[in-house]
Order: sequence, then C-alpha cells, then structure tokens
Amino acid sequence: MASAGPDRSAAGLTPSPNGLTSAPSIKAVRLRHPWRTLIAVVIVIYLAAFLWDASQRKAFDWPTYGKYIFDQRISQAALVTIELTVLAMVIAIILSVVLALMRLSTNPVLRAVAWGYLWIFRGTPVYVQLVFWGLLSTIYPVLHFGLPFVPPFFDIQSRSGLSFFTLAVIGLALNEAAYLAEIVRAGILSVDPGQGEASTALGMTWVQSMWRVVLPQSMRVIVPPTGNETIGMLKTTSLVTAVPFSGDLYSVAHDIGIPIFDPLPLLLAASTWYLAITSILMVGQYFLEKRFARGVGAARPARRSKRGPVVEVPSYVSYPKNGDE
Amino acid sequence: MAKTAVPMVEADQVSKSFGSNEVLKSISLTVNRGEVLCIVGPSGSGKSTFLRCINHLETVNAGRLRVEGVLVGYKEKGDKLHELHPKEAAAQRRDIGMVFQRFNLFPHMTALENVIEAPIRVKKVPRAQAVARAKELLAQVGLAEKADSYPAHLSGGQQQRVAIARALAMDPKLMLFDEPTSALDPELVGEVLDVMKQLAKDGMTMIVVTHEMGFAREVADSLVFMDGGVVVESGKPRDVLANPQHERTKAFLSKVL
Repeated sequence: MASAGPDRSAAGLTPSPNGLTSAPSIKAVRLRHPWRTLIAVVIVIYLAAFLWDASQRKAFDWPTYGKYIFDQRISQAALVTIELTVLAMVIAIILSVVLALMRLSTNPVLRAVAWGYLWIFRGTPVYVQLVFWGLLSTIYPVLHFGLPFVPPFFDIQSRSGLSFFTLAVIGLALNEAAYLAEIVRAGILSVDPGQGEASTALGMTWVQSMWRVVLPQSMRVIVPPTGNETIGMLKTTSLVTAVPFSGDLYSVAHDIGIPIFDPLPLLLAASTWYLAITSILMVGQYFLEKRFARGVGAARPARRSKRGPVVEVPSYVSYPKNGDE
Repeated sequence: MAKTAVPMVEADQVSKSFGSNEVLKSISLTVNRGEVLCIVGPSGSGKSTFLRCINHLETVNAGRLRVEGVLVGYKEKGDKLHELHPKEAAAQRRDIGMVFQRFNLFPHMTALENVIEAPIRVKKVPRAQAVARAKELLAQVGLAEKADSYPAHLSGGQQQRVAIARALAMDPKLMLFDEPTSALDPELVGEVLDVMKQLAKDGMTMIVVTHEMGFAREVADSLVFMDGGVVVESGKPRDVLANPQHERTKAFLSKVL
C-alpha cells in the first residue's frame, strides 16, 4: 500500500536507507567587495574628522554645555515637554478615533463634519493655530457650555480659567487629532471586511465588533505611524512659545542662553534631552508593536505551548513501520 | 417528527437586488427543523446572497423571509414593514450560526479565545463556563490540543473546524455554511465535511451552499439548484443529481460531476 519507492527514485530522488539524503556542505571563497570597503573607510574618516573638530570648536563651548546639561531648570523643562507631549497625544488619540469613525459613518452629516475638521486643522500651520489659541481670551472672553436654546450649564472665563499650558495642550492636541484620524481610518480600512462580518454574524453589536475585533487588528497598522507622530509631537512642543507658553525645553534653554550671550551650548543641551526622550519613546513603540503582532506571522510559537516546533516530514520520506503490511 | 410545527426557515418570494442588478428573483423554499438543505449552482447564481439574507447580513428587497416564523430584519406593524434596530437584528443573529468560505477567524485570538468571544460578550456567559464549553466543542471538532494556537498556525481545515466550533458555541438552532470547503486544499476537505456530517447526524438544521455533490447526496434531505437568481430545480438530492429535469441543471451537473 505505502510503496512510494520506485517511481520517486526515477524522478532523481534516491533516499538512503534511513530516508534522509546528505551531501558535503559547500565551503566557497567569499566574494570580495573592494569598493564597498573603500567607501566605508572614507566615510569613517570624514565622520571622525568632524567629531574631533566639533569637540575642539570654541563656539560649541562644551564646558558650558557640561554645566547646564543637568541644570535643574533644563530637566524641569524636559519634564514639562514630556507632559505637553503625553497630554496632547492622549487627547489627540481619543479624538482621532472619534473622527475616524465619523468619517467611516453612514451618516452624511458626521462624515462632512469630520472632513471639515480635517480640512481646517490639517490645512493650516500648527504655529498659526497655536497663536489663535493664545488669542482665545481676546476673541471669546467667556465660554458658555450647554445645549442650544437652553441657559448654559456653566461658564469659563477664558483669561483666568485657561492657562497658557492648557491652551498649548489643546492647540497641539486638536492639530494632531486631524493627522491621527487619517492614520486610524487607514488602520480600520486595512482590516479584512470578513472580520466585521464574522463578528456581526455571531450577534455582536457594532460597538463590540469594533472594540474587540476590528480596532485590535487595526493597531498593527496604526502603531508605527503613531509612534512617528508622538516623536513629531515631542519636537512640535517647541512651538508652544507661539501661545505664548515658555515652560518647555526649547524655550527654557533659549531663555537661559540669551542673557549669558552663549545660546549654542544650551541648544545642544536641549537637543540632547530631546534625543534621550525620543530614544525612550522608540523603546516603548517596539514593545507596543510586539503586543499587537499577536497571531501574525507563522514564525512565532503558539502562546503557552510547551512543545517544540513541529517538523514537517516530506511525503516522499517513508519510515519502516512495525509489522508493515 | 413535529411536521406541524413552524418551519425553521421559510422564504416566500424573496427578492434582492444590488442597484439595478437583481440577484434573487422570487425565491420560495422551506427548511424544516432538523433538515439539511444543500444549495448548488454556478457562481453568481445568488446562492451565497440568499444565505446571507437569512441572517440579515444582506437586506431583502421584496417578499418575506422567516426563521421559526419570525420575520428576519423587519417588524410587521399593520400593513407596513419597519426596519429592525441594529441591536434587534444582532439579537436575531445570535441563534443562527454562520461558517464562511474564508473562515474569518479572529487572527489576534487563539482558537479558544475565538470560540469563547461571542458567548462571553453577547450572551454574557461566565468565562469559566464558556471556556469549559469551548473545550468540549474543540474536542468535538477534533482540535482539543490546538486550543492555544493562533489561526495563523493552523491549516485551512483546522481553521474551518475552529470556525464551526465558534459558531456552535452560541448554541444556534440553525447553521449556515457558505461554501465551507471551497478555500481548502483538496486533502483537507474531508475533515471539515466529516464534522458537518456528524453535526447533521446530531439533528442540526443546516443550509449548506456547496460544490461537494458527494456530501449533498449523502447528507442532504433536499437539494436546490439555483441559477440566475432563481430556483431552477429542487427535490431529493438523489433524484436531482441522478435525474435532473431541467436543461440548465443538466448542463451544470455535467460539468461538476
């Protein structure tokens, strides 16, 4: 019954008695790349020259850099920059999911409103928007919160009730939400429509299907560009001086550097902090991506599985069976 | 047994069109409790659309479609039909299991998580109870040891069997199969059909859109041949397959048998 032998060997496969073939492994001389080596050497020489020069250059004033890099005003400002970034991103992410769902809605009014929001907030410079937020108290001295045709539930005096920090967060968040909304929309559209259909067929409501099935899968597409946006946001916070808010890393470094007539080392100190924070964000992104890659790619072993990998045995390999008929 | 009871599915002159394209033209048929109906026909004949109308994934444009005597997707008030609220439509679907051609398992969940998801979220079954039932169901489809595997690590046949277990976890009274073996490698078709045969033997009411004529002959109580959005011919599978009356049925069967 299980005689796979004769016709297979005719095709050129001659299994040894234990069913496995082996040939001596190849020991070839490696291909040389002389140009590659030369270019690498040239680049390394240039880089070394630049770094050595930078370390000696008076204008960079490294002693002053050393004096201010761990200055408490600078590290405090770095903390404020992180606060601005995190608060603006959290608000932007929540708002962007709402906007993305509005854009994908069947309700034409919701679609139009979301589109209009994107058009305005994506179409004007964030610096200009921040200036507008700074002028809020001039344009709208009192903000009324309530429903149409009903007396307002509560009022906010914009000059006393909203700090420049709050306005900076709002300005950054509303601008960012417009960009993130498109990322979220792309993520949702990247999920196979069959997924929504399968959850619908199981009796799940739209919200359950979105929250449990579609959004978790869209995260794989959403997380990398959102990491990008977060890093972008970290640096955009340096524009909040437009509000004018001056507690962020760039503003503080600038305000220390100008009176001592030595701005350059303080810019370097601020840049060092920006780089350090970016690096930490990149690590965070790596773990987020790993989390949402669950179930994707055949290389990853099954969760909680204690067994080793399964080795597929080619069909032409036959093992002698006990009591083979 | 209870032939006097309301039929499980009753389609009365059901029509459906996408724009000006009429895909279902006045389909009338009845499936009784515990029966297996196989729908065959060339692609584009409307058989999948009809299946999707039964659990209201598609909306019917004309006629009446009832599951256990209850109108699907609409409420009848006086002489008018009112569309159901999405929540009410979702509640109707809970009792109807569906298995898709492309499995549509949730790739970010293990096989077990796939099976327990709807019972926990939709039926609010306690987690421990849902897990116990899911393990039973996975054992029933022969995949007890694959509970913790992600769909990407399962073969097509295994994925489809998990999908069947997932549908069964809602304790449906009716199962819809939309070409469940069409996306499978030939050697994997058998394992899925075996699970379906067992299900039919256990008395599940099933409507199966399929190209597996052997399965239809062996398992189905009745067979419908659809073409161009109409039921061309129906009857006992053996009769229709061995002795088709209609030219179009003959032409189709001569190609697939």
